[in-house]
Amino acid sequence: MSNSALHEPFHDLARQHETDRFGMLLFLASEVMLFGGIFAAALGLRMAEPDAFAAYSQKLHLWLGTANTGVLLTSSLLVALGVEAARKGRYRHLGWLFIAAALLGLVFAGIKGTEYWLEYRAGLMPGVDASGIEDRTQRLFMNLYFVSTGLHAIHLSVGLILLVALAGRACAGRLGHVMAANVGLYWHLVDVVWIFLFPTLYLARPV
Amino acid sequence: MSPSLRLILVWAALMLLLALTVGATFLPLGHWRTVTSYGIAMAKAALVLWFFMELRSDSGLSRLAVLTGFVWIGLLFLLIVADYVTRGWTAAGAF
Amino acid sequence: MNRAAPPNYLEAGYTLKSWLLTTDHKRIAVLYLLGISFFFAVGAIAAALIRLDLVTPAPDLLTNEGYNRAFSLHGIVMVWFFLIPSIPNTFGNFLIPLMIGARDLAFPRLNLASWYIYMTGGLLTLFVVVTGGVDTGWTFYTPLSSIYANGNVVAALTAVLISGFSSILTGINFIATIHKLRAPGMTWGRLPLFVWSHYATSLILVLATPVLAITLLLVAAERVLGLGIFDPRLGGDPILFQHLFWFYSHPAVYIMILPAIGVVSELVTASAHKRIFGYWFVAYASLAIAAIGFLVWGHHMFVAGQSIYASAAFSFLSIAVAVPSAIKVYNWTATLYKGSISWDAPMLFACGFIGLFVAGGLTGLMLAMLAIDVHVTDTYFVVAHFHYIMVGGAVTAFFGALHFWWPKITGRLYPEAWGRVAALLIFVGFNLTFFPQFMLGYQGMPRRYHVYPESFQVLNVLSSAGASILGAGYLLPLGYLLWSLFKGARAGPNPREAVGLEWTTSSPPPPHNFTTQPIVTHEAYDYPPPGNEG
Repeated sequence: MSNSALHEPFHDLARQHETDRFGMLLFLASEVMLFGGIFAAALGLRMAEPDAFAAYSQKLHLWLGTANTGVLLTSSLLVALGVEAARKGRYRHLGWLFIAAALLGLVFAGIKGTEYWLEYRAGLMPGVDASGIEDRTQRLFMNLYFVSTGLHAIHLSVGLILLVALAGRACAGRLGHVMAANVGLYWHLVDVVWIFLFPTLYLARPV
Repeated sequence: MSPSLRLILVWAALMLLLALTVGATFLPLGHWRTVTSYGIAMAKAALVLWFFMELRSDSGLSRLAVLTGFVWIGLLFLLIVADYVTRGWTAAGAF
Repeated sequence: MNRAAPPNYLEAGYTLKSWLLTTDHKRIAVLYLLGISFFFAVGAIAAALIRLDLVTPAPDLLTNEGYNRAFSLHGIVMVWFFLIPSIPNTFGNFLIPLMIGARDLAFPRLNLASWYIYMTGGLLTLFVVVTGGVDTGWTFYTPLSSIYANGNVVAALTAVLISGFSSILTGINFIATIHKLRAPGMTWGRLPLFVWSHYATSLILVLATPVLAITLLLVAAERVLGLGIFDPRLGGDPILFQHLFWFYSHPAVYIMILPAIGVVSELVTASAHKRIFGYWFVAYASLAIAAIGFLVWGHHMFVAGQSIYASAAFSFLSIAVAVPSAIKVYNWTATLYKGSISWDAPMLFACGFIGLFVAGGLTGLMLAMLAIDVHVTDTYFVVAHFHYIMVGGAVTAFFGALHFWWPKITGRLYPEAWGRVAALLIFVGFNLTFFPQFMLGYQGMPRRYHVYPESFQVLNVLSSAGASILGAGYLLPLGYLLWSLFKGARAGPNPREAVGLEWTTSSPPPPHNFTTQPIVTHEAYDYPPPGNEG
């Protein structure tokens, strides 16, 4: 990744920054397509067994999921505020805001981990302890739940590392607002994916 | 309005939408619930894209780049759904 | 300008490190050329095994399992490790910055990362081969791949997944470069059609490849964790796999052909010394192929259990996607009309492309029709169709590009007579190999079988004989092109008197392409009108 110095093959810094951001947005479009595949699988399952899907959705921990959604939206706010601070040259603020956002990301991971543990306790974790699973559709639903939230968690972890690394660079004074904004974009994508995962998995409850 | 205040207001709107979408789960909306929950999700995503990701101050090209990802995955959904919905149709029952 | 700067990019450092840590798009192109040539050889060896076994109707060369592994290897290596990177990552990498007047691609380090990722996927594939391979076919259909297959399926899936990331990064690099790094005066309407084709290809690379990634990941999860979404016993649907797989893999064939189409536009205009007929038609046709190409994937699933109504929609769209390709063929033909044609190797390859691409495309239209497809699906008719496009089309165009831009890339001229011989040998060998396969398929010989009725033997023998001629045709350039590196005459900046920014700089180009920033004032194919040549 670039810092604020002009480098090949660019002639002017504004064009270079514009291009860096554009490249990041293209990458985000590809990530949307990646998660889209999992949503397509969920869609297929839901169309095949709508009632069963709803019944098993109800067994997820709605309030923990809701709390998690709130946590992630708030951490997105902190990242956006951080990028705004960077734009004004307040790199220490950026550093602290990114650390705070990362902490909220850890809270998200903690809540998610708690949910996984509760699901394991209830025997709803296929492959590990499936004693609580009633039928094959529930097994499928839980598998989909673990794979999609697992893939999301991997992306969240990458985002956490980026946030912390950038906070470090900001506090050391070696960060430009373009790179901060680009890392921010990645974090917001993690947020947007969750915004759609939440209704797909948690809000499909019976009518 | 200062940019930071705007961001905080957007956050407040997101929280409100979250409350709405969870609340709607308990209402007897029938099949409309799916539409509502995804509609609200799209509204939340739009707010995050427009304000947090700063698409509001981006060029049309940048907005198109992001939008294309969503439109394209929509195409995948559309044609998969077309298959699943029409698999059970027979010539007699379809039209 | 620094007088001590090296005159060309090949001379800017002779150490291994200067090559392995380069960020120069031209060097990375050469690195890719070496990689894909190696994998082409691996895939060709697998093809040789297949064609040898098919000389006799009995399964006497390979076991059933061995034959399955041979065609799987052939498909996986040829698709992901040769065809998809071939033109974009060698010629696209080398030429796009030159053609638009830039000093490099937008993200040079990402470009190098792409190559390393590609080579990692390739090495993992070699590991898979050495440890016995997979028998799933390159299409990894479930439930065979997810439940029943023996062999290194997860490793193979991972290798392909890794190569996919290389593709996505290349696509991002090209799109950003073409939008943001064009020289002053290089408007969209002045871009060479090669660039338009690669832009369209890059859109597919970025939008389609991630779906392949998630699909392969889900198959691996199914295999390792028993996920169940593709397993009917667990309530899943194997057709869902096919939807997800072909959503990528159909656009993938456009990733393989669009760059070749871009090459042909360059070869035709340069060989005829004439501007392209209908520039905007050809430019927009590339975008149309990319867009419509995303909507036709169900034509691979006509007999799989897909809804007949969805199949009808896919059939219609598959016929529609042929229209922009046809438009291009008409435009090339019109370009050649009254041109001042040089019958060099590039022109012969371009003509070979046009003929073979038309044959492949027409048979594609046949396959797009539901009623015909039901009869010939999963037969050699399909195999012949896609080899006409991929080999007769894409590989021919690759060789055409190799010959056309060889002087620019290496600074040397190859012996043109030998180039013509190679082009003709490839054309004859190709047709002898694959035309009998149309006949075999139409008569009902299934694909992926190495046992067949005696009555099919003559056509199979002809096909295998053709394959040996084709192989000779592909080996011949290896000889004279390598020879030219040491003994070939040195090339000037523009040995073919072609129009294009890449021909305004030295052969080979300096490390940053141009000594002064080009400013573009003329159209893309600014040849003098016919009748005005000196």
